[in-house]
Order: sequence, then C-alpha cells, then structure tokens
Amino acid sequence: MTNISLNPQQPKTAAMAERMAEVSGRSLWADARTRFLRNKAAMVSLVVLILVALFAFFGQYLTPWDNETIDWNVLGNTKELGRPSLANGHYFGFGESGRDLYSRVVQGTQISLMVGVVGAAIAVIVGTIYGAVAGFVGGRVDSAMMRFVDIAMSIPYMFVLILLLVVFGRSIVMLFVGIGLTAWLDMSRIVRGQTLSIKNKEYIEAAVATGVPTFTIIRRHIVPNLLGVVAVYATLLVPSMILTESFISFLGLGVQEPLTSWGALISEGVKTMNYGMLWQLFFPLTFFVITIFAFFFIGDGLRDALDPKDR
Amino acid sequence: MNLSIKSVLLVSAFALASPALAAGTHPVTGEALADSQTFTYRVGDESPSIDPQIAEDVDGGDILRDLFEGLFNQDAKGNRIPGVATDFTVSDDKLTYTFTLRPEAKWSDGAPVTAGDFVYAWQRLADPETASPYQWYAEVMGLKNASAVVAGEMPVSELGVRAIDDHTLEATLANPLPYFPDTLVHGSTFPAPKWAIEAHGADWTKPGNMVSNGAYVLTEHVPNERLVRERNPMYWNDANTIIEKVTALVITDENVAFTRYQAGELDQTDIPTGQYPTLAKSNPDEVVVYPSLCSYYYMFNVSGNGPEYLMDKRIRQALSYAIDRDIIVNQVTQGGQFPAYNFTPAATAGFTVPDSIEYGNWSQDERNAKAIELMAEAGYDSANPLDLTLIYNTNEGHRKIAIAVSQMWKQNLGVNVTLENQEWKTFLQTRSDQAYDVARGGWCGDYNEASTFLDLVQSGSGYNDSKYNNPDVDALLAEAKTSDNPQPIYTKVEEIIAEDMPIIPIYHYTGVLMMNPSLKGWPIENVQENWYSRDLYRVAE
Amino acid sequence: MFSFVARRIAVAIPTLLVLLVISFLLMQTAPGGPFTSEKPLPAQVLANIEAKYGLNDPMWKQFTNYITGIVTAFDFGPSYRYKDRTVNDIIAQGFPVTLTYGTISFIVAVFVGGLLGIAAAIKHNSWLDYIAVGITIGAQVLPNFVMAPILLLIFTLWLGWLPGGGWNGGQWNYLIMPVIALSTSYMASIARLTRSSMLEVLRSNFIRTARAKGLPNRVIIWRHALKPSILPVVSYLGPAFVGMVTGSFIIDSIFSTGGIGFFYVNAAFNRDYAVMMGLTILLGTMTIAFNMVVDILYAWIDPKIRL
Repeated sequence: MTNISLNPQQPKTAAMAERMAEVSGRSLWADARTRFLRNKAAMVSLVVLILVALFAFFGQYLTPWDNETIDWNVLGNTKELGRPSLANGHYFGFGESGRDLYSRVVQGTQISLMVGVVGAAIAVIVGTIYGAVAGFVGGRVDSAMMRFVDIAMSIPYMFVLILLLVVFGRSIVMLFVGIGLTAWLDMSRIVRGQTLSIKNKEYIEAAVATGVPTFTIIRRHIVPNLLGVVAVYATLLVPSMILTESFISFLGLGVQEPLTSWGALISEGVKTMNYGMLWQLFFPLTFFVITIFAFFFIGDGLRDALDPKDR
Repeated sequence: MNLSIKSVLLVSAFALASPALAAGTHPVTGEALADSQTFTYRVGDESPSIDPQIAEDVDGGDILRDLFEGLFNQDAKGNRIPGVATDFTVSDDKLTYTFTLRPEAKWSDGAPVTAGDFVYAWQRLADPETASPYQWYAEVMGLKNASAVVAGEMPVSELGVRAIDDHTLEATLANPLPYFPDTLVHGSTFPAPKWAIEAHGADWTKPGNMVSNGAYVLTEHVPNERLVRERNPMYWNDANTIIEKVTALVITDENVAFTRYQAGELDQTDIPTGQYPTLAKSNPDEVVVYPSLCSYYYMFNVSGNGPEYLMDKRIRQALSYAIDRDIIVNQVTQGGQFPAYNFTPAATAGFTVPDSIEYGNWSQDERNAKAIELMAEAGYDSANPLDLTLIYNTNEGHRKIAIAVSQMWKQNLGVNVTLENQEWKTFLQTRSDQAYDVARGGWCGDYNEASTFLDLVQSGSGYNDSKYNNPDVDALLAEAKTSDNPQPIYTKVEEIIAEDMPIIPIYHYTGVLMMNPSLKGWPIENVQENWYSRDLYRVAE
Repeated sequence: MFSFVARRIAVAIPTLLVLLVISFLLMQTAPGGPFTSEKPLPAQVLANIEAKYGLNDPMWKQFTNYITGIVTAFDFGPSYRYKDRTVNDIIAQGFPVTLTYGTISFIVAVFVGGLLGIAAAIKHNSWLDYIAVGITIGAQVLPNFVMAPILLLIFTLWLGWLPGGGWNGGQWNYLIMPVIALSTSYMASIARLTRSSMLEVLRSNFIRTARAKGLPNRVIIWRHALKPSILPVVSYLGPAFVGMVTGSFIIDSIFSTGGIGFFYVNAAFNRDYAVMMGLTILLGTMTIAFNMVVDILYAWIDPKIRL
C-alpha cells in the first residue's frame, strides 16, 4: 500500500486508466520520435549504421576485385605482397588465401548485418510477446511456458543445428532459423520479470477490473512499459548473434566459402595476428566494433526516447 | 644483478665439483648435458586412452612407448631393436616364434616382467569383453585363432600365444607373416600388469594406480590439461635414461601453442599452417621437417549414386590434371609437403614411386591443356560448364586447399564449384553414404608397407568411400599379399589408379615441428615417427 | 516460499525428464556415432564395442537403463571417447575448474558491471557516463576468442608475467587471464542493463517524491532506487551465472584449463552420448535451479510479485 502513496499521480479509476493510456498511447510514439531525433549520439550512430549498410550493398562498385578470385602471385606470401595498398586497388590488402580483403569485408558485412538485424528482430518480437504473455497470464500457463524456456536453454544446441542441416539442407534461411532458436530465450525471461512487476501496478489492475481483454492490456499497457529494457537488451544481443553465425557456419549450416562473414574474417585474422598480418584482423574487427557501437547508442537512444516517465 | 651472477657461479662451481650429478656428458656423443633434463611438448587433443590395449591415437602411442616397453623397440632410423625380448627363433614352417625375455626387466612396483604378462596383454587385446577399438590388431599380427577370438567364437585361451616359462614366450601364427616381429613395436602388444588391472578396474590407468614397465612412470594426469611422466628407477636400462621428466600439454589451438613455445613454455610444438617458410628463414636451427606416411587426396563418388558425369574417366582425369600441386604445397600448405601424382608416399619402405605415371612428369601447362581437351571431349567447356560440389570437414587447412582447388577448376576449366564444409561426423556419414560429388580424404599408413595405402582402392574395402570397383585391381592386390616381390604389382596398381583416377592424389604429408635447439636425439629419420623420450637429451647451452 | 520451492522441485523432475528425452533423441538421430572415424572399424569390432556399451539395445531400453543407472547408483555411464574415464570422473574433474573461474568471473562481472552501471546512471549524460559507457562497449565488442589470444600475447609472450595456460589446481596466476577473458562481456552487459533500468527508476514518481522529501542522494540511490532497478539485471543473472560456471569452450581450449566447457562442445563433436547427457543434466538442473532463485529474488525485490 505504501507504493500508492509514492505514486500520487497514478490514475485511480479504470475509466481514467483507459483514457490516459489512449492519450499517452498516441503521444508516446510522437514524443519518442522527437526525443530520439534530439539525441546526438543516437543520430550519429544511425548515420554510421546507414553508412555501413551502404558500404555493404554498394561497396563492391568501388573495387575491380571480387571476393573469390585468388591472386596466385600473392597466395603464400601475403605477408610481403598482400599489404593494404591504395595504389593497386586492394584497399584492405589480401586475406590468407590470396583474395582481396576489401571485397570480402564488403560481402561479409552484408551477411553479418543481416544476421544482427534479423536476430535482434526475432529476439525482440518472439521474446517480448512470449515473456509478456507468460508474465501477465501467470499461473500454470506461466509455469509451463517458463519450464519450456528452461528446457530450451539446456538442450544441446549443436545437435539441433546438425539436424536442421541434415533435414533441411544448407541455406541462408536456415542460418536465421538457427540464430532465432536461442536468441529469444534470455529476452523472454527478462521481459517476463518486468511484466510480473508491471502487472501489479494500479493502472493495470484497474484495466483488468474493467474487463479490458488480456491481449489489449498486454499490447497497450505492458509492452510500451517494457520497451526501454527490450531496446537495450536487444542491442546487447547483436554482437553475440553476429559471432554465433560463425559457429553455425562451422557446423556447415550457415554461410560457406567463398562467402564469408565478420565472424569468419575476425577468427581468420586472429590466427595470423602474431605473424605480421595485423590488417587481416584490423579491418573486419573495425567494422564489427563500429557497428556494435552504433547499435548500442541507438539502443540507448531508443531507451531514453521510449521511457514513459521521461516526458 | 650481482647476486644472481654470484649464485650462478656458485651453482656451476658445485656442478663442476661433483660431475656425478645430473649435469654431465652424453655417454655416446660426448656433448655436455644441461642441468635440467626435462621435455615439454604440445599435443592437440587429449588421448582417448592410455591403456596399452585400448589406446587408439598417435599421441596415446607416444605416451605408451614411454610408460611401457614391448618385445621390441625402434632405433632412430626405425629399425627394430631388442626391447623386453633379447632374441627370438622361428620354426621351419615360419608359424611359431619363440621369444627370449630379458630376466632383469621389472615393473615399476618391482615385480619381474614375465612372459605371462604378454600372454595376458595379447589375450586382453583380442578379448571381445575388453572391446578395444584395436582388437583388429590381433588379426594384423596374424595370431592363430585371432578372428575367432575377436568374434567371441573361441575363448581367449585359444589365441596363438603362450608362456613356456617366465622368460620364454611362444607365438603361433595362422599363416607365415614375415613382418610379424615388426608388428610387436606397436603399443597394443605391450605387456599389461594383471594384478593392477584387477585391483583397480578401469581406474588402473590413473597416476598412483598404474604399474608400468617402461622408462617412465605416470605421475600426473589432468585430462585436457597435462600428462606428466617421470623417470622409472625400476626400468632395466634406467642408467641410460637422460630426460628426467616429460610433460605433454594439451593445447587445442596451434597458434596458441606456438605463442607458448615462443614464451619458452614448450620445447616442441607443431608449426602453424603457412608459417614454415618464414620460420625456416628466421629460426633455421629450431625447425624440423620429416616425411610422414600419409596421403592427402580428393575422392570422386563413382558409386553411380553421384552425378552421371563423374562416371566418365575423362572428366576425372581433367579435374585431377587441373590441380596445380606445386601451388598447393608451396603456397597453400607451405610445410615442405611433397606434390603427389600417385597414392603411396615415396617414404614407404620398399616402395618406389613409378616413373610410368605420365601426368606426373608433365609441366602444369601441359596438364592444363590436356585437361581442357579432355573436358571438351566429354562435352563440357566454359559455355557449357560443369557444376559440382566439393565437401570437406571444417578445418582451416582443408578450407584453404578447397578454396585454391575450386579456383583452379574454375579458372582453368570453367567448372562451377560449390564448396560445402561439414562438421566431422556429419562429413564422415555423408561420405560413407556416397551423398557427395567430390570429397576430401586423408590416409595414414597403419604399417610401413604399400598395401596399407593401396588396399583403399580395393572394391571390398570398408575405407573405399569412392566405391571404386575394378576387378583387375582387386586381383593384383590379392596377388601382392603372397608375392615375394610385390613392387611391380604396386606399380601396376598405381598406373591403373592414375588412368582411372577414382581419387586425386594431392600431396604426401610431412611433419613440421618447432623444437628447442638444445633438445637432441629426435628420430627424424624414423618415418613412422616412433619416438622414445629415453633417447632424447638436452645439451647445455 | 517453502511451498513455492517444493512446488518448483516437483515440477523440475518432469521438466528434466522431458529435457533428457529430447536430448537423447536429438543425439541418436544426428549423423555419425561415437565410433565413426576416418578409418571405419571392422564390423565385428564395432559390434563388440556396441555390445560392451549396450548401444545395440533398442533405444527405449538404452534410455531406461541410463535412467536406472542414475537413480539407483548415481552412475552417469562411461565416456565413449575417453575410454579410461566415466562421466562421473569427467564432471568431478572439470566442474570444479569451471565453477572456480566461473564464480570468480561472476563476482567480478557483477561488482564492476553493477558499479559502472550505477555510476553512469547517476551521472547521466556526464563525462562519467560516457567513460562508463565507453568502457563497457569496449569490453563487449572484443569477442573473447580475440581477447584471449591478445591477453596471451601481452601477458605471456611480451611481458612474461603469467603462465600461458594450464590450471595447476587453480593457483591465482593461472586464473587471471581466464577470468578477464570470461568476465568482460558479462560485465558489460550487466553495466548496461543496470544503467538503463536505474535511469528508468530514477525518473519514476516515488523517487521524485523521495527527493521532494529532501532525502540525501546517497540514501535515495542505495535505499530506494537500487532495489527496483536491479530487477531486469537479476533476470539476466540467472542464465548468466549458469553460463559462467559451466564454463566456456573458448576459455577452456585457449587456456587449457581442463574445464567442462571444453568437454561439452567436444562431446557433441565426438558424439560422446553419455558425457553429453551427463553435462546436459548438469546444465539443465542448474538452469532450473537458478531460474527458481531468480523468481524468489523477484519477490524479494518487489513484494507485490507473488511466488
């Protein structure tokens, strides 16, 4: 009961709750957009992310070299002949297998950006809905849904991936399925935890009392209050998903040579960093780092913008 | 600073004053020995077992040769030399071997090593109850009734081995096998201490429980971290052991292992892929290269389940010709490997690479021209390109080779290659199901003779994942088994393989190691890579 | 709470059983088996081995034998790969290793991450905030398979301060690099979650009220704001703790620590069914247990949440 006294502005009646929600529901998004546009770090990051995406999809036009042709003269002597050079058009130098690194980074960026965005989207959509439903409905439904998450968290993931490969064959779609399988689990637990706390708020109790349908409550009242933490956690997932891709590809389910990804390029670069070929790590890692930075600031910007109390 | 110099002087003064201590000179070469005689080396993976009859991998074999001693050992050149057996006689029908065991041989708990320990070990090896993955070795040895014992149709007591007395062992073979004594160098044949195994069960291989008869005893074993063995004072020839302590560190990643070698934590490690040429220039006294009995090859699926065009030998030849082996070994693998145009490595005992394999003598330009011609004959060119999938198991080295080969095929022949990597066990399953077009393969000899390689192309072989089936080859290989001089037969088989091209030989392996220059005695000339820590020593720097 | 725990334990047993059945079926249907190798074993030898391990029994019988072994003798079976060892041996050796470096990493991550997050939130949009955010992002963007070899180069090869790998009974100097490599990305996640959720709480009405009442800032932060703002962090910590103490394949393989993180991945590659099952049970039990702990913590953080 003490909480009520701490929240004097909380609407007291169901009717008011509904009306307030309607009003703030409209203004929430508009306000959020304004606030997001005013956030300098987030805006800069958005521009960076757009540049990285442009690089991924148009970078290939800036070079005559493709990502699979081996320069037989360079192969085997990358250390001496494969350095980055503006003069010969190999801006990022060569990879270990004697192929143009620039064009490989361009192509790897396409894959990894896609993995990051799609993975985060799956985590946000599935994780949020699943967690909010479990948390709000509660009882046996919640228990069953959460025990399913416990099981899914402990199942030997690798066998699932191998069986996906055996049954469906290799394709980019299966890569996203592989990523999506686990991406939402932690998110759903976090969302459920938040929902448990939100659902005891007076405005939710009021909405329940007036018979607002469950899913309307989840959509109108629960989810908007979760978006801050969801936005931040989703950006935390992006780097791990980009790297999970290389594990999935290791098993044969994901991208295959001559296609590549940041994860694959970075792990190749790590192997040669002690042998004087630091550029093979530097370029892919730089793109990875810049992009993750951008995602983080955008996530923080979204959080600030979506915070319903920050009006 | 002064202090440490002083203490060094002090220590060396002591060393000089008492030459009987560890520091001394090598009894044969006379080199000055270092004070600390230890050897630390890297293994890439934890061995499945260090039980002599159950061990199955190469690293496990290395450990066994230190911990145990069989009837025979090998010297630095790979020749057979006496171990626990001092001598043996062969019966006139060449079926019965009688070994005399040295009476001074002891187990680490002081018990004498007897013929009964060998009988127990060999029976244990063949016993279906032991379920050793090396049970088939009893059949390789040619022991009488081995197959029946392995199949569980006869009791182990029927196996062709018995103890005449404590120091006389008799082995009976099913058929004459001239190289029978050579098979006894292998770890599977080493004696086993029945009392320790019965007292501790499967735990007998743990430090403290293990009783062994080799130059070293197991003192520490943390799986996936380290295995330490120390000098065994009970060993009959302990006086000649120089290295006091041998440590195997499990380090999965070769680059990490190399960093730790550079940091001085290891005396020996494998040279990471592609680093051999650089290191050979910068650290010539640390680099060790030796040929090894292994072949790297690509196999075609000629079972009929695969694409129709692979049944056309012109296409198989063209694909083989278009691979520039020199580029593969000099610019991709870069470890001193030997380009291969035939399957059996030149290092194999009693085998000479036939000159008659023509395409091996052509220049690469000639090979490429011929390949284009053959493809055209078969109806494929850049306007009508061939599509094929090449599978390999996920591995840095295999990946690099596959990339290079796919580009060679593409650039020379206009072939569209799809590369597909698979996780190891999935890969093996795909291959043995013949669900592939072209697949990567690697083969290491089980013993030092050409048939261990050529048996692979026999139609009934369980290893023949190409499903190549040529009755002529089968007949020739059967003939070689009983022939006194099989070399002409092997030449003939290699010629047929070069013509039919069910597999593309790519290179013959080498081992490339970084070795601390103060460590001496590594048997570079032993192609089977059977090394014994008791033959190694560390010289003073 | 007592009845809550009892109820959850009652549910945990069927949950584990479902987990085991699914994992068992997944493993059995995956291509290849524990004894598949480049040189296939002769049929008779394979039959003997399968007979020894009972792999030629029908699948349901293998499963019930397995469960019986666990229930009656706490025997998780033999390893098919490491033939001198049982699953019990492997877990008894490897789990203490990962438990040690995992727990230390967890404590480091929670303290450093939590404090950075709180500091950043209190001084929102100040230089302190930017530094904290910078550190955490920096820590998170360097994947541990990049960081671990770099640590090795710096501390082992160049400076020569720390041993490059091994465990040595968990001696402190063997622990430093694994703990750094494992804890940084968790630390960063904790910091960022703490920061964002603290910001949210600091702007809520009850904190405004508290400020209006003139309470000192320190009291507001530690007594009022902290507890509600760690809720999402706690949700995250449950699975994170399990993830850390069951180890990491990368840490175990780069630093040769001999922990179960390596065994877990390798058992899958080797199709070492029994080890895989044993480790799945361990992982599953811990996941269930720590998610339960998290649920109990929810009720402590927000008394209105009913267990």
